[in-house]
Amino acid sequence: MELIPKLPVADWIDAATDWTTETFEFLFDFIKNDFGDFIEIVAEDWLMGIPIWLFIIVVGVLAFFVSGKKLGLTAFSVIGLWFIANQELWEELMNTFTLVIFASLISVIIGVPFGIWMAKSKVVEKILTPILDFMQTMPAFVYLIPAVAFFSIGMVPGVFASVIFATPPTVRFTNLGIRQVSHELIEASDSFGTTGTQKLFKVQLPMAKKTIMAGINQTVMLALSMVVIASMIGAKGLGQTVITGLQRAEVGTGFVAGLGIVILAIIIDRFTQNLNTQRGEQ
Amino acid sequence: MSTEIKTIKRTIIMRKEEVTDVPIIQVENLSKIFGKNAKKATKYLDEGLSKEEILEKTGNTVGVNRASFDVEAGEIFVIMGLSGSGKSTLVRLINRLIDPTEGSVYIDGEDLAQMDGKNLRNVRREKLSMVFQRFGLFPHRTVLENAEFGLEVQGIDKNERQEKAKKSLEMVGLGGYIHQFPGQLSGGMQQRVGLARALANDPEVLLMDEAFSALDPLIRKEMQDELLELQESMKKTILFITHDLDEALRIGDRIALMKDGRIVQIGTPEEILVNPANDYVEKFVEDVDRSKVLNAEHIMKRPETVNIEKHGPRAALERMRKEGLSSIYVTDTKRNLHGYVVAEDVSDAAKQEKKDLKEILKTDVPKVNTQTPMQEIFDLIHDAPVPVAVVEDGKLKGIIVRGAVIAALAGSEVNLNGIDS
Ligand SMILES: Nc1ncnc2c1ncn2[C@@H]1O[C@H](COP(=O)(O)OP(=O)(O)O)[C@@H](O)[C@H]1O
Ligand SMILES: [Mg+2]
Repeated sequence: MELIPKLPVADWIDAATDWTTETFEFLFDFIKNDFGDFIEIVAEDWLMGIPIWLFIIVVGVLAFFVSGKKLGLTAFSVIGLWFIANQELWEELMNTFTLVIFASLISVIIGVPFGIWMAKSKVVEKILTPILDFMQTMPAFVYLIPAVAFFSIGMVPGVFASVIFATPPTVRFTNLGIRQVSHELIEASDSFGTTGTQKLFKVQLPMAKKTIMAGINQTVMLALSMVVIASMIGAKGLGQTVITGLQRAEVGTGFVAGLGIVILAIIIDRFTQNLNTQRGEQ
Repeated sequence: MSTEIKTIKRTIIMRKEEVTDVPIIQVENLSKIFGKNAKKATKYLDEGLSKEEILEKTGNTVGVNRASFDVEAGEIFVIMGLSGSGKSTLVRLINRLIDPTEGSVYIDGEDLAQMDGKNLRNVRREKLSMVFQRFGLFPHRTVLENAEFGLEVQGIDKNERQEKAKKSLEMVGLGGYIHQFPGQLSGGMQQRVGLARALANDPEVLLMDEAFSALDPLIRKEMQDELLELQESMKKTILFITHDLDEALRIGDRIALMKDGRIVQIGTPEEILVNPANDYVEKFVEDVDRSKVLNAEHIMKRPETVNIEKHGPRAALERMRKEGLSSIYVTDTKRNLHGYVVAEDVSDAAKQEKKDLKEILKTDVPKVNTQTPMQEIFDLIHDAPVPVAVVEDGKLKGIIVRGAVIAALAGSEVNLNGIDS
């Protein structure tokens, strides 16, 4: 043990983080300020601007059609949202919802292209697979630290940490979906003289759609699972209420906010699942 | 041969093309070896080692071994061989879905191997269209969208390409199904879509890799007929792959027989049947003659019979009236054949209230066994008063009516010509 002194791995990473923070300060500041403002506008001016009753009705109607005109999801959505409003947690819900939407959108925008790249190249697949494993096994708390270093506290670092944690399933499933397309169909496409891009958009992506959507569903769920953790660095929303409950040892407060998260999770999950249909499937 | 000499040779041929008709597809010394270090393994091809020996020595699989042939414009060229003989590999070398290890393919005199991505795509778009064994249809696209795929890829505008796709779907009899999805159609219909998709491009060459092999025998025959009918008017060049000699004989203008990656014989159906190039071909052909085409078992049908132990003239008469028969075979409970009775006798016996069929039983039965070649049956059936009985160990297995023989003969016309001449 004495032969090799403790390697200063932590110091190296600190140094790298400091360097990154300083070098890209302009970028991080821009993201922190302008993007942060935008998130706030979406949450507070747009979403919270909608009357609660209208919001609930719209979600109810959407649920009715999305679920194929079944009443279960509709009733659940309406009652669930009403309950959250009744508990005076509406603003928190809107903040959480905003965080999830942004984190998911960014994850998908980053994840799908990486998944495609991975599917097109064996080398890329070999390199990305362990990185994705790493991203998912590292305790999510750890991502809070660079998030704070880059973006200080608030919604932005919350979104940042959530994106890191939630992106892997989209990448993986996109890769898987594309690789699953049968060899014969790829040959059929090639035999008609498609370019790589034509093959991707006319054959591979449409056929992988269902798998990719399953990945996106997981991404959204992971983003939602970061809500409480992200609130530790000042992301507003239901997570913050949970933390408050914890700090004040108020089981009731924490439980009700937690229930709110579960309701949101179920609604989002059922929506994304029901939207996941494949053309031409029996 | 150095590449230089090859190019010169090619240019000479190219020049010749301008005067004479060039074969639309020329395959020269084409080889494909799968696996690592495939190039190295080609020296074993030179040494004439077999596919098995090469696999043992190098771990490489020989897909195609030094194939050379020309396909002329407008002909149906069949490549036939058992499963694993390299047919699919060969056809994929022709549109370069697989790159060759050695040798060349020329389409309209142009070397496929020399083409860049763009030129290769253009050849695939304009000259070669492929039909796949398991159809290769896109399940997320409607029948129409499948049929227009090739044109869409070429960037042809929507109205025009749908117009063409619809025409080609109508040609294969699917005009009414354009908005269905492939998953909603039967196998035969799906393959029609596959064919329509290939035809919509109006290619010079159709590459059909066991296109009908996944279909039921009846549907398959229908599709063969239809392809021949279409070919009458289209005059495309068709490279048709099959593992079934019957199919090859039915539709091929010329047939190339493959074994272990090698082409062992090329010829017209007659040539192949009459002068098999070697034992392998001969065995193939013999097999087909005896078992597949010319044999009683295949054309017999289930007989109507009466049971001598149970039925009297009345029952027999009733039965014959119902089935519209003028004679009927008589067996016992164990299906041993006793003879036959004819309508007049049965009717007389019934009037006379006789109880037994024995008195009117006729025993001059035209008999064959299940393995009797069809030619013999043909001779026999001419003078036979009743359908020919197929008998094995004294038991009645089936009967052969005249119509069935004639139908079978018509169906395998090529085959018989080959044998007679
Ligand atoms: N991608 C491949 N990799 C390795 N071996 C292959 C591959 N494709 C075909 N083969 C081998 O090449 C031979 C010819 O196969 P194939 O052309 O599919 O035969 P066929 O179509 O006549 O049934 C077989 O021995 C097969 O196992
Ligand atoms: Mg094959």
